Amino acid sequence: MAIEQPDMRVSIGPLHLQNPVMTASGTFGYGEEYGSLVNLHRLGAIIVKGISLRPRQGNPPPRIAETAAGMLNAIGLENVGLERFLAEKIPFLEGIETPLIVNILGDSVDDYQELAARLDGEEKVAALEVNISCPNVRHGGVAFGTDPEMAHAVTKAVRDHFSRPVIVKLSPNVTDITVIARAVEEAGADALSLINTVLGMAIDIEAEKPKLANVFGGLSGPAIKPIGLRMVWQAAESVSLPIIGIGGITTPEDAIEYLLAGACAIQVGTANFINPGATEEIIRGIGKHLTARGIDSVQELTGRARRR
Amino acid sequence: MRAYQQQAEIVRSEKLSDDIYRFTVNMADIAAGSKPGQFVMVRVAEGLDPLLRRPFSIHQVAKGGLVQILFKVVGRGTRALAGMQPGQQLDMLGPLGRGFAHDRPGQHYLVGGGIGIAPLLFLAKRMLKTVEPSAIRVLLGAATGTELDVLGEDFASLGIDVQLATEDGSLGEEGLVTELMASLPPGEGTVYACGPYPMLRVVAGISRKKGWECQVSLETMMACGLAACLGCAVLRRDMNGYVHACKDGPVFNADEVAWL
Ligand SMILES: Cc1cc2nc3c(=O)[nH]c(=O)nc-3n(C[C@H](O)[C@H](O)[C@H](O)COP(=O)(O)OP(=O)(O)OC[C@H]3O[C@@H](n4cnc5c(N)ncnc54)[C@H](O)[C@@H]3O)c2cc1C
Ligand SMILES: Cc1cc2nc3c(=O)[nH]c(=O)nc-3n(C[C@H](O)[C@H](O)[C@H](O)COP(=O)(O)O)c2cc1C
Ligand code: FES
Repeated sequence: MAIEQPDMRVSIGPLHLQNPVMTASGTFGYGEEYGSLVNLHRLGAIIVKGISLRPRQGNPPPRIAETAAGMLNAIGLENVGLERFLAEKIPFLEGIETPLIVNILGDSVDDYQELAARLDGEEKVAALEVNISCPNVRHGGVAFGTDPEMAHAVTKAVRDHFSRPVIVKLSPNVTDITVIARAVEEAGADALSLINTVLGMAIDIEAEKPKLANVFGGLSGPAIKPIGLRMVWQAAESVSLPIIGIGGITTPEDAIEYLLAGACAIQVGTANFINPGATEEIIRGIGKHLTARGIDSVQELTGRARRR
Repeated sequence: MRAYQQQAEIVRSEKLSDDIYRFTVNMADIAAGSKPGQFVMVRVAEGLDPLLRRPFSIHQVAKGGLVQILFKVVGRGTRALAGMQPGQQLDMLGPLGRGFAHDRPGQHYLVGGGIGIAPLLFLAKRMLKTVEPSAIRVLLGAATGTELDVLGEDFASLGIDVQLATEDGSLGEEGLVTELMASLPPGEGTVYACGPYPMLRVVAGISRKKGWECQVSLETMMACGLAACLGCAVLRRDMNGYVHACKDGPVFNADEVAWL
């Protein structure tokens, strides 16, 4: 008798995915870069590098530095801009059945609004992920994601101009994640994703100066997993929105921890650099875990550690 | 261009000096597809620390799907790598990046400094398929002779003219490889250079004066090697934006990039 395969499908609000494993923005290019190494059709969703209205050059090098079981990056949101994204990157992604989620960023609420309106007209874009970890240029450069009012305003602007699911990606660089999570829920987001990178730095003791030209950078990789997990747990406690867990996920076990903490799906970031096959291995590993424990559907894992 | 991720067996490990090693690994797909100047990203540890892969130029490819890397121990990752033994598996990703364009007329000057010699042997061997050994000249420099002797012989055994310079004078001329370059005869030529940034800047300057095209292989910090992380930015010549070493390079025309 054939053994039933566990059901790997998940729904993130109105967004339906064949499995809960996505690629984290900025760690998978525009998808094409991994085309010869990963079966892109197998992924839950592809989230592309953050797109702004106009192209951005990014920060001067060095932009990255390795740290204990992690890395710092200060890429500076370099990207090709909306026009080139639509002209050069979307055509490849249209050939991939996997849902495309576009990560967006801006300097002002108006930027986000215009991006949402323009991308609403692109059928291939299944959902938006709103990066609110960027500075609000009109408000002294304070990150949108660290202020509940600004987070609310950005979310609402995108919500009002995009007809499909809106995911808001939270910054961990806040005192209380639940305040931001509630503000974003209240503004009409369909889901939350967290966490973005954790602000940090490293110093070269020979040169006696910071390793990154930008001085500070975002920490990612295995080192931040306990932080991400804690924040997913807290967010799950404070809002009823579906949550996508991110931060240091490298193995199937890491992904399962996030699901148990309350996430209904996860994103793989830095691990793509170390092991391009990571996403596919994690999908297979979650499936095996479910089979071994006799669990029918991956959705049953969500929040299970909270009920014990 | 197609990249492969492979578990490759280390078939040979040679210690060429105190801190320079040469590994021969078996990885057919990468061997078949690679061009001189391209590189591989190597996982130096099984665990999560050190986390990132390390980039190394392809030093040589040989029949039977063999690939060599030549590396110097400079930190944790390369130290861990040096401790690996024949029979062990190495997780390799490649071939990556844009290599040297060597279909040029005139003389070919291969200029290497320190561990920057690594990609030049592969380049010389490929060139010899289409040009006479007399059309190629190799100039190598290093701090001391032990970093050069084996490699100098590898080039010499191909019948190519090799000139060496060491800072301590223990082998070849005493001084810098760029000083050897300054005394080269005028005429049509192309320079292919790899080494530390300050050396490459001088090489680019001399080439400009002599009217030679100059191709340089640049090193930057890299996380992915796949054009995904955008960590490997190099300032453009016009100072307006960046090119990326893992995709647009690591070999650049010296005129494409800013020399700071
Ligand atoms: C395209 C490319 C090809 C290369 N080819 C070779 C080669 O054939 N042989 C060889 O020995 N080395 C080569 N390098 C350099 C090699 O990647 C670094 O020496 C190595 O990553 C250092 O790792 P580590 O952990 O030992 O050093 P770490 O402990 O990480 O650092 C020690 C020192 O090395 C420097 N360093 C770290 N990473 C890099 C890097 N990616 N590029 C340059 N410097 C770095 C650091 O700034 C520091 O000063 C190449 C680099 C690039 C980008
Ligand atoms: C090099 C790099 C670039 C990134 N770029 C973006 C980006 O453009 N937009 C965004 O929302 N997050 C970006 N991130 C954050 C990741 O999507 C992810 O939230 C973070 O790295 C934590 O996950 P990880 O530990 O699995 O990498 C980037 C991360 C890295 C390492
Ligand atoms: S190393 Fe990641 S983009 Fe070049």
